[in-house]
Order: sequence, then C-alpha cells, then structure tokens
Amino acid sequence: MAAPAETARHADTSRRARRAERAPSGGWRTIAAKELADHLESVRFIVLLVVVGIAAIVPMYFTSGAITDSAPQLAGQPALFLWLFARGSNDVGGITTIAFAALFVPLVGIAFGFDAVNSERSQGTLSRLLAQPIHRDDVVNGKFAAGIAVIALMLTALVALITALGIVRLGIIPTPEELARVVAWLLATILYAGFWLAFAVLLSVVIRGAASAALVGFGTWLGLTLFGAFLLPLLANTLFPPDTTDANAFFASTSAQQLFLRISPATLYQDIVTALMNPEANTILGFGNLGQYVSAQEQSRSLLTLDQSILLVWPQIVALVALTVLVFALAYVLFLRQEVRA
Amino acid sequence: MTDQRTPPSDGRRPPGRRARRPQAGLGPRPAATRASGEADGATGTTTTAPSGAARTATPTAGTEATRRRRVSVASLLADVPEDAVIVARRLTKRYGALAAVDSLDLTIQRGEVFGLLGPNGAGKTTTVLMLLGLTEPTQGVVRVLGLDPTREPLAVKRKVGYLPDNVGFYGGMTGRENLRYTAKLNGIPRSEAEAWIDELLHEVRLGDAADNKAETYSRGMRQRLGIADALVKRPSVLILDEPTIAIDPAGVEELLALLRRLVAEHDLTVLLSSHILGQVQSLCDRVGFFSAGRLVAAGPLEELAHGTDRTVELEVGIEGRPEAIDPVALAVPGVRSVAPHERDERLRVVTAAEDVAAPLATALAGAGLSLTHLRRRGADLLELYRRYVPEGIDGRAR
Repeated sequence: MAAPAETARHADTSRRARRAERAPSGGWRTIAAKELADHLESVRFIVLLVVVGIAAIVPMYFTSGAITDSAPQLAGQPALFLWLFARGSNDVGGITTIAFAALFVPLVGIAFGFDAVNSERSQGTLSRLLAQPIHRDDVVNGKFAAGIAVIALMLTALVALITALGIVRLGIIPTPEELARVVAWLLATILYAGFWLAFAVLLSVVIRGAASAALVGFGTWLGLTLFGAFLLPLLANTLFPPDTTDANAFFASTSAQQLFLRISPATLYQDIVTALMNPEANTILGFGNLGQYVSAQEQSRSLLTLDQSILLVWPQIVALVALTVLVFALAYVLFLRQEVRA
Repeated sequence: MTDQRTPPSDGRRPPGRRARRPQAGLGPRPAATRASGEADGATGTTTTAPSGAARTATPTAGTEATRRRRVSVASLLADVPEDAVIVARRLTKRYGALAAVDSLDLTIQRGEVFGLLGPNGAGKTTTVLMLLGLTEPTQGVVRVLGLDPTREPLAVKRKVGYLPDNVGFYGGMTGRENLRYTAKLNGIPRSEAEAWIDELLHEVRLGDAADNKAETYSRGMRQRLGIADALVKRPSVLILDEPTIAIDPAGVEELLALLRRLVAEHDLTVLLSSHILGQVQSLCDRVGFFSAGRLVAAGPLEELAHGTDRTVELEVGIEGRPEAIDPVALAVPGVRSVAPHERDERLRVVTAAEDVAAPLATALAGAGLSLTHLRRRGADLLELYRRYVPEGIDGRAR
C-alpha cells in the first residue's frame, strides 16, 4: 500500500536505526542460554536422546559383531573402522548407522524448532520479551543457536559413544584419517540438522499453533523420506526424459535428472555422507558423458583422501549451506515483519 | 532533524488516503476537534499548534490533506512542553484500509497517571505498541522521553516498563526465575538484580509464591508478577495494557492499591489502558477516551465530567410516582429544570447550577417523599463513556 519512495525511506530509516544502536547487549546469548537450559531439561531431549541413541547404537552393535565374525577375510581391508558406521548387518535388515542418522536427524531438527516462536506467542511471553531492550532478531538468532547447540551436543555425544564402543568391540584403533572422516560426517550431519531446524523455526514463525507447525514439519519430513525417494525420480523422469538416441545424449539426460534430484536436502546430505564415509567413492553425480564412463571403468580401485572426498561433494556442501541460510533468512525476515500482537 | 514521518509533498500518496479522510470524519468529528484542544489545553500549553489549527480551520478534507503534507516533525513537536514524557502528534497506524489509530494527539507529563479508555478494538493496544517501537506508525510522530521509539527502540525499551495485555510467563520457570531472565535481558548484573527482584516480589506480595512454577499462578498472581516484571528494569515510565482484565473484583482492588502505592513510591509516569471504567477512575490524573482509533476526549476526569458549563445533573428516584418530585425540586434554589430519565422511567433528572443534592434531599423529605435514589451524574466514567463513545460500549465491528 505504500508508495515506493516511502518504502525505500522506511528501509533506510530502520537500517540506520539498527546501526545507530548496535549496543553490546548480546541479547541473543541470554536468550540462547535460557533456551538451551530449557531444551536440556525438556522431556523431548531425553526422549530423542534415547530414540536416536538406540537407532544409532543397535546397528553399530550388530555390524561390529558381523565384522568380528568375518575378521579373517577382512584382513587388510582399508578404512575398516568406517564400516562400523557405513555397513549394515543382516541381523537388523542391513540398516546402517549413517542411514539411521539420515532418517532421524531431520526429526531432531524439527523437534527443537517447531515451537520456537509460536509458543512464545501463545504463552503471552513474546510481547514481554520484545519489550526488553533487545533486538528483535536476537530472538530468532538465540533460538536457532540454542537448537543447533543442543543438536550438536546430542550428536557429538552419540558419535563419541559409538566410536568408543566400536573401539572396544573391534579392538582396532581408528587411523587419524578415519577419525577425521567421522568428524567430517558429524559436522555434515549437524549441518543437515541445521537445515531442518531452520525449516522448523520458519514454520514456528508462519504457523501460529505449535501443534500444527509440528504436524506440517513432521509431515514434510515423512513425505520427503517416504515419497521423495520415488516421487522425485518420477518427476525428474518426466521433466528430463531419458534420451536414448545416442550414448552422449543419454548421459546428458541422466545427469540433468540427477542434478534435478539435488533440490532435495536429503539427496544432498546423502551425497555428502556417501563421499565422506566411503573413501572408495570417487564419483557422486554419475557420468556426464561416455568418456567419463569409460575412464571410470578403466580406473583401478583406489582410496580417496579426505580432502579429495570433500572436494568431490563440495558443491553439495555449498548447496546444503545455501539452502539452510535461505530458509533461515526467510524465517528471520518474516519474523521481523510480523506484528507483535496475537 | 530530518523529516522522517511527514509525507513528501510530491503528491505520491496511496490513492486511498485522500478518499478515506472524509469518511473518518463522519464519526465523532466535532468531538474529535474538541478533544485535541482539550488534550493540549490540559497540559497547560497554548493550542496554537498546527495540529489543532489545521483541523479546526479547514473544513474540507482536500485542503486539509494539502496542509498536512507541509507539516514537518519539528513543527509538530513545537508545542511540546519541557517535561512531557510521552508525546504523540498526528499518530496514525493503518492496517490496509482500517485505521487502527487515527491522528492521535497526546501529551503525558512527568509524574502523571493517564488512563486510556475505550472499547475493545478502539486502538489502545496499537497505540501502546507504537509507543514502545514494537509497531511502526504509518504516519505521525511519537516521542517517549524525548526519543523516537521507531529509530531508537532499545533506548526507549530500557526506560519503559511494559505490562502487555494478557501477560504470560514461562510456565516451567518459577516467578523469580522469570524476573531473573528479564533482568538478564536488561543487562542488570546478577548481584544487583537479586536483591531488587526480592524486594519487588515482596512488594507485589508474591514473596511466598516466588519459587513456585509460574504455571501454577492464578490470573491475579500473574498480573502482579507482570507488574513486578515491568519494574525490574527500574523504569521511569510504566505502560500497562489492560492491567485489570479478567481479575475478580477483590483482585482488582488489590491490584489498584498496589499500583497506587508503586506510582507514589517509584516516581513513575504511567499510561494505562482499560475498557473497564470504574477501575481506573480512582487511579488516573487524566483520562482519554478512545473510539474507532481516535482520541475523542481527554482531560482530568472532573473537567470531562462537567464540561464547560458547570451544571450538575442529579438522578432522583422516590417511592411512588416520580412526577411528584417535580414541584418540590423546582422549588429548591439553583434548580433549573427537571426532566424524565432517558432510560429509567422511575427516575427524574434534576439539572441545577450547582450541586444541590443536600438541599434537594431535605426538601423531598420535608414534602413527605422517601428518597430511593440520588446520584450525581457524570461523576462516573460510564456516563462519560456514553457521551464520548458514540457507537456504544461494544465498539465497532472489526
């Protein structure tokens, strides 16, 4: 409804205002500290810790058992320690620790964010909070920081636990390279959780009811997990039909399809994990042309170093960070523009 | 000082604006004009302010709109007295086509308790939010303690304690912890905060319940905790939005007594909004009536009650036929007229030049009539409300 000139003037005023009082208040840290304390005391933290803990440790337990059983054949196997995370045992249906993590991490992210803003609103604390000398963005920043902190804490503890149990059960000491890969995987997983946390915070800003926000969040997660696995490829197939006229055209169409699939953060995370936890993986996106395909066939099996692996999925990492930033920025902007009153 | 809020004179305004002006004027127009005069007059300043002049002098909406564009922030604030704590000039907030607050002129001075009265949806909360910088005004000027809340919200919020409408607390934390959190957000060092919080909790009589979880608190306790919360930052201005809402009568009494004591003790300037009349009556130095986004009247209660003519209206009821009052009342010196009551046929309304309650009662008794009802009109807010809020107490449909 405002004229463009007025809008511009508004923006200018608020920017100047914000700069004028960049007071060293550190309001977000106060909010983050309080939120973190709330999270750690909450029932949901305990429940999630137990659920995710079981989900992560059970496959590891059986996998380490399977590895121990077939120890003679595995002598000399490179990066054996990573098998703890990346290989599944038939006892638990071949599900691996990293697959479990990929499944449950979004749940954790959503669980710590879906009521970030709307619960303040429904409790009647939001206007009281915003009447304190803090910036409005401190609220979103503080809540996001607290969510990330608690998720990082939880995941780090679990990975440390698995690593320790693995060392005890397998009796092998991981090489620094293997440990570095586990840490890289942990960081990637926290990043992935961060995406879902940002998404949940966005929902908490947009949707007034915490229950509805949770439903939408979990629904999206479930939908993306269950149906994304075959709906997205189906969609990709329709949008970029495989061209079988000649080999090069075929490769071009399939790589277009694969690029399309990477709009899903789940696919991006999958790629990152595959590269990080499997040093043998030397291609992620498939082959762009016949030449790449042939050279891959002729390549001898070799292990990538960690930096090579990271380089391989660098675009995916950047894309996941960008998606997270985008979603968070959206939540941020919407919150800043929202009316305080219910 | 740059001209932030005044519209540019290039004529690039949203098309709906000009059209809406006369429509807004359809309502309590004469009252509104008078209100701005009274509001300014009551603060003891001359009303040569452009605000009053522009509105009274130009009857047509078109010329008024043209005049308004030329007014700068400086000229809007020209008439502000030295010790004004809260100043609003031509403050307007629109939500789409709806003007939640429309051209509000308000001056509140240091040490004053100002009651903002009006039906639900009249724009009281929106005004309060603009004073705190929680909502940006569409137009107009606000100054709180000389600061612009839109540009320096932090500086304002450091000095203004706010009890929101429907205040809430973190249920999982105790009352004391909630206050501690507020103190922390205000950057008050822990060592200093503890004693102060303790004192405040005792002051609002929550000393015993301070370490219970806030979710166990009753409505009245939460309201009292809210007042303590607003005082944690040691404010010089206190803004209370519907402080007495949804509390039982005894609780209201207690709360008002508490507020009265706090105002006296802490040397506060208070703005409180309410739609419940009698409750704020005893507390406020001045009141303002809000209706459909406009301040239709403002001033000390006494002044509003009696208006400019100093006549007194008494409602009188007796046992038996009320017409019997007329000859007796007219014989009392000072009585000008007697008329039937507008709503209650058992009563008569006696208009007099001064308060004739005592002689009238004596005269009625002398005439052998037993008095059942005698009340001075206008002394309570409901009367004023009826007078100044034309659409009635229900407010307008939003």
